[in-house]
Amino acid sequence: MSIQGLARSIVGERTWSLLLDAAVFVAILAMICSVLMVGHSWLGPVESHAEISRSPSALPLYSLYSLVRMAVAYVLSLIFAVTYGYIAAYNKRLQGIMLAVLDILQSIPVLSFLPGVMLAMVALFPTRQVGVEIGSIVLIFTGQVWNMAFSFYASLKAIPKELREASRVYRFGWLQRFLQLELPYATIGLVWNSMVSVAGGWFFLMACEMFQLGQRDFRLPGLGSYLQSAASAGDTGAILWGLAAMIAVIILLDQFVWRPAIAWSEKFKFEQVEATAAPESWVLNMLRKSPLLTRLQEMTLTPLEEKLCARTAAAEMSQTNGSAGKVVLAVIIATTFATVIGYGVFEAANTLRGVSGAALVTTIESAGATFARVLVALVIASLWTIPAGVAIGFSPRLARVAQPLAQIAASVPATALFPVVLLGLLRLGGGLTAGSVLLMLLGTQWYILFNVIAGATAIPSEFHEVAEIFRFSRLDRWRTVILPGIFPYLVTGLVTASGGAWNASIVAEYFHFQGKVLQTFGLGAEISSATDAGNYSVLLLSTVVMATLVVTVNRMLWRPLYRLAESRYKLEG
Amino acid sequence: MAEPLIEARKVEKFYGVTGDNRIQVIAPLDLCIYPGEILALLGPSGSGKSTLLRILTGLAKASAGEVLWHGQPIDGPVPNVSIVFQSFALFPWLTVLENVEAPLKARGANADERRKRATQMLDVVGLDGFESAFPKELSGGMKQRVGFARALVVEPEILFMDEPFSALDVLTAENLRNELLDLWEDQKMPTRTVFIVTHNIDEAVLLADRVVVLGKNPARIRTDFHVDLPRPRDHKNPRFSELVDYIYTVLTQPDAHPEVPAATPSKPHYPMLPHARPGGIAGLLEILADRGGNEDIHHLAHLLSFEVDDLLPIVEAAAMLGFANVTEGDVEMTPQGKEFLEADILHKKELFRTAALEHVSLLAQIVRSLQTKSDKTLPDEFFEDLLDEHFSEDETRLQLETAVNWGRYAELFDHDARGERFFIPEESAVAETIAAR
Repeated sequence: MSIQGLARSIVGERTWSLLLDAAVFVAILAMICSVLMVGHSWLGPVESHAEISRSPSALPLYSLYSLVRMAVAYVLSLIFAVTYGYIAAYNKRLQGIMLAVLDILQSIPVLSFLPGVMLAMVALFPTRQVGVEIGSIVLIFTGQVWNMAFSFYASLKAIPKELREASRVYRFGWLQRFLQLELPYATIGLVWNSMVSVAGGWFFLMACEMFQLGQRDFRLPGLGSYLQSAASAGDTGAILWGLAAMIAVIILLDQFVWRPAIAWSEKFKFEQVEATAAPESWVLNMLRKSPLLTRLQEMTLTPLEEKLCARTAAAEMSQTNGSAGKVVLAVIIATTFATVIGYGVFEAANTLRGVSGAALVTTIESAGATFARVLVALVIASLWTIPAGVAIGFSPRLARVAQPLAQIAASVPATALFPVVLLGLLRLGGGLTAGSVLLMLLGTQWYILFNVIAGATAIPSEFHEVAEIFRFSRLDRWRTVILPGIFPYLVTGLVTASGGAWNASIVAEYFHFQGKVLQTFGLGAEISSATDAGNYSVLLLSTVVMATLVVTVNRMLWRPLYRLAESRYKLEG
Repeated sequence: MAEPLIEARKVEKFYGVTGDNRIQVIAPLDLCIYPGEILALLGPSGSGKSTLLRILTGLAKASAGEVLWHGQPIDGPVPNVSIVFQSFALFPWLTVLENVEAPLKARGANADERRKRATQMLDVVGLDGFESAFPKELSGGMKQRVGFARALVVEPEILFMDEPFSALDVLTAENLRNELLDLWEDQKMPTRTVFIVTHNIDEAVLLADRVVVLGKNPARIRTDFHVDLPRPRDHKNPRFSELVDYIYTVLTQPDAHPEVPAATPSKPHYPMLPHARPGGIAGLLEILADRGGNEDIHHLAHLLSFEVDDLLPIVEAAAMLGFANVTEGDVEMTPQGKEFLEADILHKKELFRTAALEHVSLLAQIVRSLQTKSDKTLPDEFFEDLLDEHFSEDETRLQLETAVNWGRYAELFDHDARGERFFIPEESAVAETIAAR
C-alpha cells in the first residue's frame, strides 16, 4: 500500500470513529432520558381510566413504554435464570426438586396468573401507576424466565469434564470460574433462549397492557393497548399505524440487539475448528471499532474485574468452613418456602370449597372443548407447516427469501394481532368458536415451522442421494427419509406449540370488543370470565385444571414421544 | 532416596457398596512420585490410568486409602501441580495469551506480571507471535503447546500429563515429544517431576526414567522399573526393543510375571572384529582338516612357527563365523567349517556371506546402512562415527579395514579408498537379496 493510501485509510478510520462515538454518546443520553420519562410516568397516580390515544404521534412514546417493560422484565429474568440454574446445577440436594419446579412452571399457562398478580401489585402500590407496571413486568417475567433458567442449567451440566478439571487444577476462584468458564460456555444457549423468551414476552405484554378485572379497567400506555383500542374503535388507520410501529420495533430489536448478540456469541462456540460462515452484524462491528467504548471498558470493567478476581482468588486460598452458617441459612429458606406453600394450599382449599358441583362439571366440560381446539390448531398447523418447512429446508434459495419473512411474521406477537383478526372475523360474519382456533394458530404455528425447517436442513445430503439412486417414490421418500429425519424436531415444535396454544386460549376464547364481550365455550373463556366477574373460586379451579391438564399431557404424551425421538430418530455423527 | 513429592498409600477406587455389586476399578496400591524423574504410567485402555492420575492430583477422591503431598494428607486439588490434557482443554473464548494467563490470575498475580510470565512461557514452547490468536485458529500440535505453556507457567512441582500426544498425528506427536525431552534435558522446564499417562509403550520407554505398568480389572501395579538407557534414546537400540518387548509381554499376558530383563552393562554394540583375512581363515581350516579337525592352539602355533598372539585373531575369526569352536585352548572345526572348506570358490563366498551377515553385526550394520541410501553409498566418516564410541581412533580404522576385507570377499559391499566411501556395487544384486532377507 502506498503512503497516501495508508494515510487515507487512517484518516477514514479516524473520522468514522468520531462519528461513531457521537452516535454512541447520543444513544446513551437518549437512554438516560427515557429512563427519566418512564420513571415519571410510573410514579404518577393510578390512571385507572387512562385514555389511550389513537394518534400516530403517540406511538413512539408508547413503543418506548412497551420496550422498557420488556427490558426490565428481561433483565430480571436473566438474573433469576442464572441464579436458579447455578444453584440447581451445583446443589445436589436441591437439584431434583428445582428441576421439577422448573418443569411444572414452564408448562403452566402464565396468563391465568394475570388477575392474581395484578390485584396483588395494585394492593401493594395503591396510589401509584407503578403497581400495575410491576404487575405487567412480573407477568412477562414469569412468561420468559423458565426456558432461560433451564438453558443455563443444561449448559452448566454440559461443560466438558476436562475444562472443568483444568479450572480446578489451576485453582480458579468462583468468580474467575464463572467469568472464564461457566458464563462463556452458557452464552450461546442463553442468547438463543433469550430471543425465544422475548418473543414470548411480547405476547404477554400485549395481553396485559389492557385488561378488565371486575369493575376495574387497567390500562397501561403501550403498543398493545394502542392496538386494542384501535381495534375496539374499528379505526383501520390506527391499526395499520400500530402494526407498522410494532414491526418497526421488532426489526430494530433484531438489528440492534439480537444480530449483534448472535454474532458476538459466536466467539463462545465450543468448537475445535473455525466455522466457515460465521454470522455477522454491522452494529457489532461498529461497536467493536468504537474507541470510546474500548476506553470505557479499559477504565471501568477491566480493573473492576481484576480487583474482584484478585479478591475472590485470595478468598478461595484461605477458605474457611462456614458450614454452620450454611445450615442455618438453608433451614431459614426451607422454612420460609414451607410457610408460603402451606399458606397457599390452605387459602386455595378455602377458596375451592365455595365451588359448586355444577361449576366443577362445567369446568371439566370446558376443558374438553379447549383441549379439542388445541388439537385442531396443532393439526392444522402441522398440515401446512410440515410441507412448507420441508420445502424451505431443502431449498437454500427458497430459505434465503422465506426465512427472514417468516421470522418477522413470527415475532409479531399474536396477542397484538388478535383485535385486528377479530375485527376481520366479525366483518366476515364468523364467530369466536372457530375464530379462537385461528387465533391459537396465529401464535403457535411458527414454532412448528421453524423446527421443521431446522430438521429438514439437518437431514444429511447422503440420504437424499440414497433416495435418488434407488428411485424412491414420493411416498417412500416421505416415509423413510423425511418424516423420520424431522421427527425429533417436529416433536420439539409440537411441545412448544401446544403450550402456546393453551396459553392463547385464555385470550382467544373471551374478548372485550367494541364495548361487548365475545366468548365461546372453553376453559380459557372460563378463566377470563371468572376474572371479569371476580369469581375467584372458579378462577382458581379452572387455573388448576388447566395447569394439571398441561402438565399431564406433557408427561403422558410429549415426554414419551421425546424419548422415542432421542433414542430412535436421532442422527448421530 | 529423596522424600517423595506425592505418595499414594493403599489407594483404591470402587463404585457401589461393599458386597457383590461393588465394582473395583483400582485395587489398593502404593505409589510414590519422587523429584527429578519422568514417570510414565502405562496400562491398557480402561485400566484406570486416568482415574489414578486424578486421584494423585486430588481432582478425584479415592474410595479408600490416602494421598500424601509432602507427607501431608490432601483434601482437594494438590496446591502446585499442573495437568496437560489429552483434549487440550483450552478455553476457546480466550486468546492464547489469556489461556496461559488464566492460572496466574487464579493465583492473584497482577496484570503486568501475568503478561510477562505468560509471554515468556509461550516463547519457551515456541509460540511467540501467537499471543492474540484463538485456540480454534491453531493446529492440534500448537494447541497442545498452549496446553504445555499453561501448565508450566505456574512452575508446578509435578507436571501431570494425561495422554498428551494421543490426539495428535504421528509426526506432530514425535516432534512435540522430542521438544519436551529437550526442555527437560536443558532444564528449561520449571518443574521438578513429570508424570505422564500413556498407552503407547514406545513413548514410555523413550521418555521415562521410570515406568509403572498397570493391569486391568481392577487396576494394580504389574511392574515398576527404571529405564537404564542413556539419552538421547534410539528406537533401534537392542536394549530399547528389549524393554518394549518386556512391557508388551506384561500388558498382553495378564497372568505372566516376567522379570525385568537384566541390563547387559555397556556390552559393546559391535563385538570387535579379529583382524584376520578371509584367506587366513580358509588356511586355518585346511590345516585343521589335515590334523583331523581338532588341535591345541599352542601346538598349532608351534607347528606353524607362529606367535600365539598372531594366530589368535584367525582362530577368533573362524569361531566368530561359526566355522570353528574354541574350548579350553583347543580349536575344533564345525560342520559349517567343513562345508566351507570343501565348497568351490563361489559357494565359499556364499557361505562366508551368510555366516558374516548372521554373526558379524558390524558387517550387517554396514550393509543395512548402505541399503537405506538410494545411491547405496556412505562416507567412511559415517561408520567411523558409529564405531568411535566403542573403539579407539586407531582401532576404528583397523576395524573398518577388516570389515572392508571381509565385505569384499563376501561381495557384500566395496570400498573406494580415494573417495573414502563405502558402496554396494550395482552388480552385487546378491548382497541386496540377502540383506533384504
